[in-house]
This record gives sequence, structure tokens and C-alpha cells, in this order.
Amino acid sequence: MARLIINGTPRDIEVDPDTPLLWVIREQIGLTGTKYGCGVAACGACTIHIDGVATRSCVLPVSAVEPDQQITTIEGLSPDSSHPVQQAWLALDVPQCGYCQAGMIMAAAGLLMQNPNPADEDINAEITNICRCGTYNRVRAAIKLAAKAGEATQRG
Amino acid sequence: MNAIISISRRSFIIGVASTAGGLSLGFNVPFIKPALAEGSETAPEINAWVVIRPDDTVVIRIARSEMGQGTLTGLAQLVAEELNCDWSKVTTEYPSPAQNLARDRVWGNFSTGGSRGIRESHEYVRIGGAVAREMLIAAAAAEWGVPASECTARMGMVTHAASDRATFYGQLAAAAARMTPPANVTLKDPKDWTIAGKPLPRLDTADKLNGSQVYGTDLKLPNMLNAAIRACPYFGGKVESFDAAAVAGMPGVRTVVQVDETAVAVVADTWWRAKTALDAMPIVWDEGPNRQVTSASIAAMLEEGLAANDAFVGARQGDAGAALSAAGRTVTATYAYPYQNHATMEPMNATALYTPERCEVWVPTQNGEASLAAAAEAAGLPVQQCEVHKIHLGGGFGRRGNFQDYVRQAVSIAKQVPGTPVKLMWSREEDMLHGAYHPTTRCRLTGALDADGNLTALHMRISGQSILAAVRPEGMQNGMDPVVFQGLVLAGTEGTLGYTVDNLLVDHAMRNPPIPPGFWRGVNLNQNALYVECFMDELAHAAGIDPLAFRRKLMAKHPKHLAVLEAVAERIGWDNPPAAGVHRGLAQIMGFGSYVAAAAEVSVTDGQLRIHRIVAATDPGHVVNPAQVERQVEGSFVYGLSACIYGECTVNGGRMEQENFDSYEVLRMAEMPDVETIILPSGGFWGGVGEPTIAVAAPAVLNAIFAATGKRIRTLPLKNHDLA
Repeated sequence: MARLIINGTPRDIEVDPDTPLLWVIREQIGLTGTKYGCGVAACGACTIHIDGVATRSCVLPVSAVEPDQQITTIEGLSPDSSHPVQQAWLALDVPQCGYCQAGMIMAAAGLLMQNPNPADEDINAEITNICRCGTYNRVRAAIKLAAKAGEATQRG
Repeated sequence: MNAIISISRRSFIIGVASTAGGLSLGFNVPFIKPALAEGSETAPEINAWVVIRPDDTVVIRIARSEMGQGTLTGLAQLVAEELNCDWSKVTTEYPSPAQNLARDRVWGNFSTGGSRGIRESHEYVRIGGAVAREMLIAAAAAEWGVPASECTARMGMVTHAASDRATFYGQLAAAAARMTPPANVTLKDPKDWTIAGKPLPRLDTADKLNGSQVYGTDLKLPNMLNAAIRACPYFGGKVESFDAAAVAGMPGVRTVVQVDETAVAVVADTWWRAKTALDAMPIVWDEGPNRQVTSASIAAMLEEGLAANDAFVGARQGDAGAALSAAGRTVTATYAYPYQNHATMEPMNATALYTPERCEVWVPTQNGEASLAAAAEAAGLPVQQCEVHKIHLGGGFGRRGNFQDYVRQAVSIAKQVPGTPVKLMWSREEDMLHGAYHPTTRCRLTGALDADGNLTALHMRISGQSILAAVRPEGMQNGMDPVVFQGLVLAGTEGTLGYTVDNLLVDHAMRNPPIPPGFWRGVNLNQNALYVECFMDELAHAAGIDPLAFRRKLMAKHPKHLAVLEAVAERIGWDNPPAAGVHRGLAQIMGFGSYVAAAAEVSVTDGQLRIHRIVAATDPGHVVNPAQVERQVEGSFVYGLSACIYGECTVNGGRMEQENFDSYEVLRMAEMPDVETIILPSGGFWGGVGEPTIAVAAPAVLNAIFAATGKRIRTLPLKNHDLA
């Protein structure tokens, strides 16, 4: 049995403690926005937030999550796609096939929480998710757009 | 995007409706063949392509698959353009393969590959929109008792100006559906387009921002079980034995099944438990006949072909052999291109529900009809008793079209648990080990230069694997695989060589290693552009002539090839020196009906390559959505540069060595150059955009690397070379 707080809701789950958090989220909680891409933390499709920190969930055993830690998935990033990163993604029509995009968005949102105004080098270092369709340049532009929106919000 | 779902699958509708944003039930009598479909609860179809609901929502049927390439939006634009509807009211749905079959393939070909989605179907989908528009006008005219010729249709409304009457399409749809379709319609001149030809946002973005887009891997059906599979990793091998009892008691495990001769699957309540049990299960493989096959043995096989006497001729002009023998100066180089995996982000998967009477499959597929055929064959049921529900793809790139191995596997597993839906998903490792690999070829090029540095003769000997011989032998031409010569032939509309060489021979010594090949985005154009464009650069340097000027001399009879090349040269500033430390390279090719070129700016510092900038140009004839064309061009450099820098599957002991992204690296954000796209639609033809620019990525960059370092890289990938 594990207690997890997912998108603000506490959940008690019957699970083998070795199960990666990704599969608990996808198969037991039923939130399938978080994707499986590699299972070895190499591609980032499974990125979620734990206490606001972007984390690859496919290699993280559920037992490593403390009961009071806040897990946020793409479904919980905002109730209505209104998070500045989602809005920037919409404005620039970023996704192609879209499969990697939940992970991209969560990684970008995590980056902006740590660094509200990232330089290109920061984006290069932090956003290492794989996209095969080729959205990288729009991902970069959308992160900058979201950063700008965040700045405006803070000023306002 | 909505799937068209039959009423009988109500449970499925409930299963996904909450996340898919509601489902249209536009067509729900899949196994009869009416001239006009029965109406759903809400709206009849006007014709196969168009359903208009009373609230004016326009549902456009899309036969081709959406896998990120934007075809869904582009095809909808073409229908909407002729329909004269309100674009803001447009939504889309996929007709199912069984429906297509039951209605004499009214939606045409479902196959989505070869950059053909739009260029092959633009005419009949536009006709579909135009016919529906005329039927709406006819319905309004009949209602008002006025001549149809006095009515106009615009923005989802029919107007009769003389009597000052107007009505929305939604009010007319039911009557329009009963009108006789016009025998002839006139399609608009593209210059008059207001919806097509515009850089409209994609129709499928919103659900991709919040996790609600349902991919095949996300599908949930009532009582569904999950399967993890392991197929024999040795090419040509099979299952010898496995110890199901060893894992039968593990948590969640329902059953262990053999899948054909080659694979074993564990079926469990969750995929993770299925995979955990599979990993724990002892399996003994019959390794088959190819244990001695290695990358080195394959290379030796192809090297032999480079000098072999017999070869299929793809292009011949003059007498290259004689001219080369007599030439005062020749240049020779040999290039090699490795195996590569498609590596779609979403691993192969399919969900199947089998009963002795019926088989249904839910699958992300580039070819729904091929999926249906595979499902019927694997189920052992008549195709009329099978159905395929198409789901958005998490990437395709050619892996999910011709090859339906995962569908056959899913059905084979489902057959062993009849009445229960089973979702089969491959692990990334399974995906890497059982690809339909971009085939390996090599090429020896020999060119003759006269005293003025003119290319007087060229022989390109390609040696290597044929895709068609392995997967579509009916496409062979007297033993020759025409696909091997993509971009190198002298005639046709698909991809001709952009150079006039008086004495030219392009031939192919077919050498087929026992590795399954497949259509990988760009197909043989990728290799061929690398060979011919890097060698042109070599020849230019040997002749002491600027690479652009050297090409230009050979391109007088190829103005469209030249136009895109000159466009990128101009934009990159070819005639002016680059910034200090920055070097440039060029490439051009024609493929998939389009003319493309690229110019690259790179620097190499202490052996570290940095690609600063790519300028790419494409002339696809017509452009349906310039924003999506830009995305395809930009994305093609992610694919093409991944191949150039990292892409390589190596064979050892009769199996692939790379099993995941940690050993099969691909391009990431930090290495992604700026890409500037120049779209030069010259009209008069329809070319594809999904693939061709991939082919110029590697040669443009490699030619720039030569300019930077003096090193001529002739064997991909770059990661195996020291640029210092």
C-alpha cells in the first residue's frame, strides 16, 4: 500500500513498492497523459513534477515518493490548459504528433519554476527530452514566450 | 479528432469520451452499402466527406492518418475550401477501414506514407467538398423555389440575394443529403483559396497540451488486459521453449501465450506486471541461421557488390564506362549508409478483441486497410467480420504502414483469450530489436573531369539492400527495385536527377542481408542525396571550382532543381564570406515529387561540431498549409540530422545491438540548429513535403564540415568520426 498525493488528491494504492511511479500513474490512477517512451529515463516522455521539480517517472520506484510529496502530472498542471507554458504552446502551435509533448511541457514548466527567465544555454541543459517529429525550435520559442508572460504577470 | 465509432461499441465510447472531447457518431452502419449513409442521431452525411450537424458543426472525414505531419488539418482545409464553410466550425473524424471496404472504398486509399497524403488525394477530397456545397445550394434553392444558379454559398451559409434570404448549412444539411449530387463540379483555382493555402493552426493541438489526446498506448476498454511481448531477437530465429509455470503465480499474471513461432507474451492486469513477469520468464531461443551475421559481414557483402559485374541499371546516358576509361582525370569515392530504426516516440502497439465471430482492433496505423487485412488474416475470419479503429499515432515515419506485425501479434494473443480485449504494447527494447530498418547501402562514385573542370562522365554503383524485394515484391520491375534509385533517375515526376551528365550510369548490385528492411522517412532518397551531393562537392573541390558554380554548370536543363538551390545559396549569403570560423555546405535533390535544397553553416572547434543554421527550400508545386510545411521541413532536419550524427543500428551475432535511446542517440534540443524555410511553390504539380528535405540535411552538413576541416566524411554516422 502506498499513499500518494496526485494533482492535489491523496490516493491510497495497492502496489508493489518497486513499481515505477509512471505505471502507477498510468495504469492504477488512470492518468494516461504521462507517457512511456524508453523506461530508462533517456527520453523524458514520462516527466512529471514532484514538489515542483521535473522528474522522470519511469525509473522512480513508487516507494521513493514520500506520502506528503506533491505529484503533479500534465492533467494537473492547470485545470483548463491555462498554465503559461500550455498557453505558449497553444500560441505557437508547438505539437506535431504530440506524444512527447506532455513530458516537454512538464519539463518546461519545471525549468521556469527554477529559472523564470532561462537563457538558451539553460534551456539546452534542462530540456533534454526527445522529440522525433522536430518541435525543438518551437519548444524553445514557447519556453521564452511563457517566460515573458510570467515576467509580465509578476510586473502586473 | 474524433473516431467514428459504431453504436455497438458503446462501451468504448464511454471509455474514451471523457478524454477525447466527445465523439461524433456520424456514421454507424458499417456493414451495409447505402448510397447515402443512415443518419446518426444528430446529422446525416451530405456525402462521404462531409457531415453537417444542426448546430452548423462541419465534420470532415479524413481517410489518411494523422501522425504529426499535419495532413489531418491540410486535408480538412481542402474540403472546407470547396465547401465554403466556416473554418471555425470544422471538426474531423476518421472513417474506418471496414466502412471504406463496405462502401466500395469511397474514401480511396488509407495508406499514409511516401509523402502522398495530400498530393495523391487533393483532387477527390476537393471534389467531395465542392459536391457537398452544390447539394447545400440545391437544397436551399428548392426550399425557396428559386434557381440554384441565383444562390451563393459562403461562410457556412447559402444566400439568395434577390429575395434577401439566407440560411445556415446546419439547417440545410438534412435536405441537402437527399439531393442528387451534381455530375460535375469546377474546382477553385488555388490563387482564389481563402482556407487552403493559409497557415492555419492545426486542428489537433488542444488535446495535446493537457494529456487528453488518446494514443494507442492510452486506450482503455472494459475488462481489458495488457500484454508484454518478447520476440526472438535473432533475425530468422524462433521460440524453442519457455517456462510459463515460472511466472504463472506472479502478481496480476493471467496467462502466458506463444505468439506464432517467434514470440512469447505475458498477459496480465497491467502492462507493468506483464513486463515484469516476462522479464522473469526463462525463454530459450532457436537462434536460427544468422548467428554469424555481423555489421562487418554485411559490409563485406556490400563491398563485393560495389565491384560486381551484374547490376540493375536505373539511369543511363551515353557511355559512362568508355568515357571514364578514356578520361584524363577521374575522381573516385565510396560512401556507406548504416541501418537505422524509426524510433517513433510511441512504441508499437495494438489492442484486439477477438470472438469466434468477430475481431476488432484499435491501432495507431499509417494504413488502416493494411491493419484490417492483417487483423483478418491473424484472426482467421472473413474481413467483413473484422474492424479496425484508427487512433492518432505517436509518430509513424514509415514504421506503421506496410508493417503490421504488432497487429498480427495483438490478434494472435487476443485469440488465446477470446472475449477479452488485450492491449499489446512493445517495450522500447522490443521496438529497437524488431524494426523495419532503414536499409544499408553503399555507393562507389567515379567521375571524370575534363581540363576545364567539367563533369564528363559519372558512374554511381549502389550496392545493398532492396526494401521492395523484402516487403513488396510485386513492386519489383524484372527483378529491379526502382525505389533504390530515388532521386537519381532521368524521367518521371517523382524524383529526377538534377544534373545533366553526358555519360551517366547509375546501377544497383542488390545485396540483401537477412535484416528486415523498411520504408524509413525519406527512404532511399536519404542515401542517394548523401552520395550524389557529397560527391558533387568532392568533384567541385577536385576541379577547383566553387561548389555552387560547379553544380550550376550541370543544371541548365533542370531549372526547378536549380531554383531551390539558388534560393538557399542566396539566403545563406553564399557569395559573401561567412563569419569567422563558420563554414558552409550545399545540397539539392528531388524526391517525392518536390524539389528541395539546403545550405548549412557549421563550425568545428576542437573536434566539436556545431550546426549554427540551416536554410532549406522546397518547391512542392502547391502548398495547402505553409505553417505545416514549415514544420515538416524543420522537423525533417531533426530526423535527418539525427541520422547524420547518431543514427546507426549495428548487427552482432545475428541481432541488433542497440536496444534503447541510451545506445541509439538522437538529436536533442541543444544540437538543434535554427532552420529557415523557404517555400517556393511554382504550381502545376503536387509534390510531397513530409520527407524530401530530410535527404539534404546530411550532405549539406557534411559538405560544410569538409569546408571547415578538410575532412571528407563518407560513412555515417558522424559520431564514429574524429573531427579534430
